[in-house]
Amino acid sequence: MPFVTSKTQKSGYDVIVVGSGAAGGQSAYALCMDGAKVLMLEAGRKYSPETETPMFQTPDLAPLGAVSTPEKPFGFYDATVDGGWDVPGEPYVRASEEDAGRFEWWRARMLGGRTNHWGRISLRNGPYDFKPHSRDGLGIDWPIGYEDIAPYYDKVELLIGVYGSNEGLENTPNSPPGCLLPAPKPLVSDLLIAQRAKRLGVPVIPGHRAVLTQPLDFRGSPERLHPGNATAQRIIAEDMRNRAACIWATPCGRGCSIRANYQSTTVHLPPAQASGNLDIRTDAMVYEVTVGRDGRANGVSYVDRISGRQQHAAARVVILAASACESVRILLNSKNAQFPDGLANSSGKLGRYLMDTVGSSVGGQIPLLESLPPLNEDAASGDQMYVPWWLYQDQHAGRLGFARGYHIEFGGGKRMPGYGTAAGLEWLTGGSYGAKFKQDVRRYYGSFVYFDGRGEMIPNDQSFCEIDPKVKDKWGIPVLRFHWGWSEHELRQAAHMQRTFGDIIEAMGGRTHGAVQTDGAKAIAPGGSIIHEVGGAIMGSDPKTSVTNQWCQTWDVDNLFVTDGAVFASNADKNPTLTIMALAWRAADHILERMRRKEL
Amino acid sequence: MDRRTTIKWVLAAAAAWPLRDRRAAGADSAPTARGYGTDPNLVVNYRPGELWPLTLAAAQRRLAGILADIIVPADDHSPSASAVGVVEFIDEWVSAPYPTHQRDRNVVLDGFAWLDAEAARRFGKGFSDLDASAQHGICDDICDESRATTERGTAAHFFALYRDLTAGGFYSTPAGRKDLNFIGNVPLARFEGPPPALLKALGLG
Repeated sequence: MPFVTSKTQKSGYDVIVVGSGAAGGQSAYALCMDGAKVLMLEAGRKYSPETETPMFQTPDLAPLGAVSTPEKPFGFYDATVDGGWDVPGEPYVRASEEDAGRFEWWRARMLGGRTNHWGRISLRNGPYDFKPHSRDGLGIDWPIGYEDIAPYYDKVELLIGVYGSNEGLENTPNSPPGCLLPAPKPLVSDLLIAQRAKRLGVPVIPGHRAVLTQPLDFRGSPERLHPGNATAQRIIAEDMRNRAACIWATPCGRGCSIRANYQSTTVHLPPAQASGNLDIRTDAMVYEVTVGRDGRANGVSYVDRISGRQQHAAARVVILAASACESVRILLNSKNAQFPDGLANSSGKLGRYLMDTVGSSVGGQIPLLESLPPLNEDAASGDQMYVPWWLYQDQHAGRLGFARGYHIEFGGGKRMPGYGTAAGLEWLTGGSYGAKFKQDVRRYYGSFVYFDGRGEMIPNDQSFCEIDPKVKDKWGIPVLRFHWGWSEHELRQAAHMQRTFGDIIEAMGGRTHGAVQTDGAKAIAPGGSIIHEVGGAIMGSDPKTSVTNQWCQTWDVDNLFVTDGAVFASNADKNPTLTIMALAWRAADHILERMRRKEL
Repeated sequence: MDRRTTIKWVLAAAAAWPLRDRRAAGADSAPTARGYGTDPNLVVNYRPGELWPLTLAAAQRRLAGILADIIVPADDHSPSASAVGVVEFIDEWVSAPYPTHQRDRNVVLDGFAWLDAEAARRFGKGFSDLDASAQHGICDDICDESRATTERGTAAHFFALYRDLTAGGFYSTPAGRKDLNFIGNVPLARFEGPPPALLKALGLG
C-alpha cells in the first residue's frame, strides 16, 4: 500500500523523508532498495505523469494559446501543479523590494516537486568547485572533494539516464565508460553557434541532460548500481525496461508520460514503491521536526492539507529534502527550549549563505538561418549542446575582474509555432502587416537564437533567510523573510556574459535584439529567478561554522539529515540537481551503514 | 526552449499603458471571472468562452475581425486570421482575468475607439465601414511604433499589440503551423539531425 492516509500510516518507520523531488526521491530510492522502511511526506498533491502529461497538445487547445499567466508562470502546459514564485496562501517576506536586494522563492506543491518540469540539465561539479576557498580565497570549501562524490555521480547517471560526452576539459569532469548515453544530433543553429563561437575561442560541446537518447542498459547497470543486492537489481532492471527512449517530440517541461526523461515521479518513486518499503503521504505539509528528551529527532509534525488537522509521524531517522529554503524553514520553526534558535542551529548558520545562479540573457536574429527548408527541430527539446566555462586560466591569473565562471545554455530552431513566434517583429520588419507580414513571418521563423548565462554566485553575508516575526501562512506556520545582495563578482560576471553573447551573435552575422547590457546590475536576473537556490544549511568540517557534516547529518542532532540543496557550501555554475542527487545517495548509504551498526 | 525564455515575451508585452476615457461602448466593465487556477486539467481541450465569459460586443467583434484580417489576410498559403478563430482568441484574451490581459484589454478597447474616432475624423464613418484603402491609410500611420508621430504613439502601441495578438492566435492554429511548414510535434524513432546537404550548403558540413 504505497500511498497512505492518516488511517493507514504506520506507527513508526526507519526513516521519514520530507519532500519527494530530486533529494527526497533519491534519498527514498536508495534507502528502500536496501531494505529500510520509509515514509515520504509531500506537501503537494499526488501526481501521475502517465495520465496527466499533455504530451502532444498544441497551443490552440489551451486557454490563451498556452501563454504564461500568474497561475501557470511557465505556460499552461508546464508540468507544475500549484506552484510558482507566488503560491496562494503561502506567502513569504522580502526584506527589500529593490531589484538588487530582491529574492523570489519558487515552489511546486506536487509529488515529485520541481523535477516534473525542470530543464533536465545534469552537469557534474568539478574538482575546483568543491574547494573554491582554497583556490582563490573566496567563499567556502566543502568538506568533501570531487573524488568523494564521483562514484555517486556515476551511479546517478546510470540510474536516471544522462546524455552527454567526455571532452576532457578543465574542471568539466568526464564520466566513466558506460555512464553517459549518446548525445543527440545538433540542430543547424547549434552547429552554426559552435562554428562561430570557436572562432572566438569559446568551446561548444554536447550538453548533458537527463533524457534517454536510447534505452537504459537494464542488463549491465543494475549490478553496478546495487552490487550484491539481487532484489534491488531485479527491481531496477524491470523498471529500466519499462522506461521508453525519447521520441524526439513534446517539450520536457511538460513532463514525460513515457518516462523518457528524469522526474522523481517516473524514475525514483516507481522502483522505490516496487520494493514494498515506501509509504507516501501526499498533502502533508511538514512544519516541525519533533525532538525527544534525549535531544534526538523522533519524527515530524505536519498539517494534513485536506482536513487541516495537525498530525505526527514517527521514525528513527528524519531526512529533510523539502528544497533548500523549505528545509531551513522547518528547522527554524522547530525551535524549543533545548534549541531556542532553531533546530541544528548551534552554529548560528542556519539560513545563512543562501545562493542562486547568476543569470543573464541575450537574443539575436541570424540572417543565415532565414528561410531554411522545413526541418523537424524538436530534437531533445533543448540543450543539445552547451558552452562549459572556458576561461579558468585567465580568471585564475586575475585578468577578468570576477572570480568565478559561467556556462552558456543556448537554443534556436523551428520550434512549435505559438504566441511568441511572430510577436515583436517590428525591429526587423519595420512594422509590416498584411501579405508582407505573412511573408516576413515565414522568413524569420526559426532564425532566432538565444543565449542564457548560468554562473556561480559566491556565498555572502547579505543573502540569507530567517523567520518573519509576524507573517504566517494559511495554516498558521511562520514564513520566511529573505535578504539578498550580490557582490561585484556576480555583477561583473553578468556583464561579461552580455558581451560574450553579443560577440557570438555578431560572429554569426546576426543582430542582437536590444542593446548588450554592460551594466552588470541591469544585466543580472533577480535572486531566485533562476530557481537554483541552494545553501542555508551548509555542510562543513567544523560544527562552529556549518550546519551539517559531509554526510548531510546535522552536527547537533545525530539522526537528523538534510539532503537537498541547503547543504551546498558553494553554488558552481553547474546546475545543482545532479549534485543534489549524488549527495543524497551518499548520505543514504551512510545512514544505512550506521543503521546496520545500530548507531541510528 | 529554456523554461525562463517562455515568459520573456510576456513580460515584454506587459508594458505600461495609460488608462484613458474613450472606451468603446458595450464592453467597458473589466472582467470579474476567475482564472483556471493553479491546477487545471492539462489533457482536455479548451474553447474560448469555456473558462470565462467572452465580453466583446458585436460591433467590437466585427472590428476585431476586420483588423485581424488586415494584419493576416488570406493568401496562397493559408486562410485569414478570422477564418481560423482569431477573433475568439482575442476575445478570450481581453476577457481573461489576469493582470496582463486586463492591461491589454484597455489597450485594445482604447485602440478600437481610436480607430473609430480617426475614421470619423477623416472619413465621417466608423472604421469597420470604410473601404479597404481607407482602412489601410489609417493603419499605415500606426503600424510602426518607431516611426509613428507623437500624437499617434498610443495608437501605434495598440497596433503593435494587436498585431502580436492576431499573429499569436493565427500561428497557434493548425493553419498557422502549416503556413510555417512546421513538421515537428510527431513521435520519431530516431532523430537524424539536419540533412547533410543543407549543412554543406551553409558551410557547416
